[in-house]
Amino acid sequence: MCMDCGCSIAGNVELKTHDRKIEINRGILSKNDRLAEQNRNLFKKQELLVVNLLSSPGSGKTASITRMQIEQLKQKSDFRFKIGVIVGDLATDNDARRLRSKNIPAVQITTGNACHLEANMVAKAAHKLDQNNLDLLIIENVGNLVCPAAYDLGEDLRIVLLSVTEGEDKPLKYPTIFKSAQIVIINKIDLAQAVEFDRDIAIANIQKIAPQAQIFEISAKTGQGVDSLLVFLFSMLKIKTLTQSVYSSSK
Amino acid sequence: MMQNTLDIAIAQAKQNNATKIDRLTMNIGELSGVVTEALEFAFEVLVQDTIAENAELEIKTISVVCHCKKCDRTFQPEAYIYQCPNCKQISSDVISGRELELASLVIS
Repeated sequence: MCMDCGCSIAGNVELKTHDRKIEINRGILSKNDRLAEQNRNLFKKQELLVVNLLSSPGSGKTASITRMQIEQLKQKSDFRFKIGVIVGDLATDNDARRLRSKNIPAVQITTGNACHLEANMVAKAAHKLDQNNLDLLIIENVGNLVCPAAYDLGEDLRIVLLSVTEGEDKPLKYPTIFKSAQIVIINKIDLAQAVEFDRDIAIANIQKIAPQAQIFEISAKTGQGVDSLLVFLFSMLKIKTLTQSVYSSSK
Repeated sequence: MMQNTLDIAIAQAKQNNATKIDRLTMNIGELSGVVTEALEFAFEVLVQDTIAENAELEIKTISVVCHCKKCDRTFQPEAYIYQCPNCKQISSDVISGRELELASLVIS
């Protein structure tokens, strides 16, 4: 018998009567998820529509945002909205500079070696923006179709962007991220013919993997298709602010 | 991710007056986006010099289960195309498979 607590030790076999099993059942990203919820609540108070923009490097995230700004300025004043951006890259602030050159308030996050953005980074960056003066906050994630999928940033909508130069089977290759998207944008449609992009197959693949997603086909270069996207985002913004005022007035 | 897991595990173990963690069980859904080998590798590195040093890591893979609204029944899809075997409609309603959690500990 063990001298310490009375359990049985027979030779080399230790009977584990000390062992206890404790149930935890806790998400391991709970810290990020909690911060994301905090972000979400803050953005709600500010009446901001927040979008997490995801894609491979070079698909045209920054270009699409600048084109959105150009096109929305052409709308009647009632249908315009103020865009602000938080952009993540491993290094340089080139994207923030590009955006600011188009009068889009932008905060750059340089992650060092992190391949994705997390809620705490977004919280810090969001403080640097004049949120009162914004309608739509676009979080341009690090170019990566894998890791960012797992990290809630506090966004309302996830947009996954793919360009015609990446091939029609992109959604089949990266199902996890496509399954988390409410919007899928096909960009660089101005190049579709040159690269023999098969639109029907691409759309079928998106619908197979992400049946929940709204699909938009655009060219950030020419502006084609951007209007429809703006109308959709404008509606989402109005819905968000309307439902909020309904809930707060019913208190 | 493994660091987060260990932080939670060690905190829970200490809260329960344990001096050693013998086993860590994680539930990882097929759709969580996690590479189990990477987690296992990280585990071996991170447990050194902690109360989980000799712990066994058990990873339970949780299958994706979808719900078909039309048929009002659940099904387990083949691969990444979530097609109902009955009506062939594609579902986006995922009931399980996204888990990324620390399920339980065996402590002493």
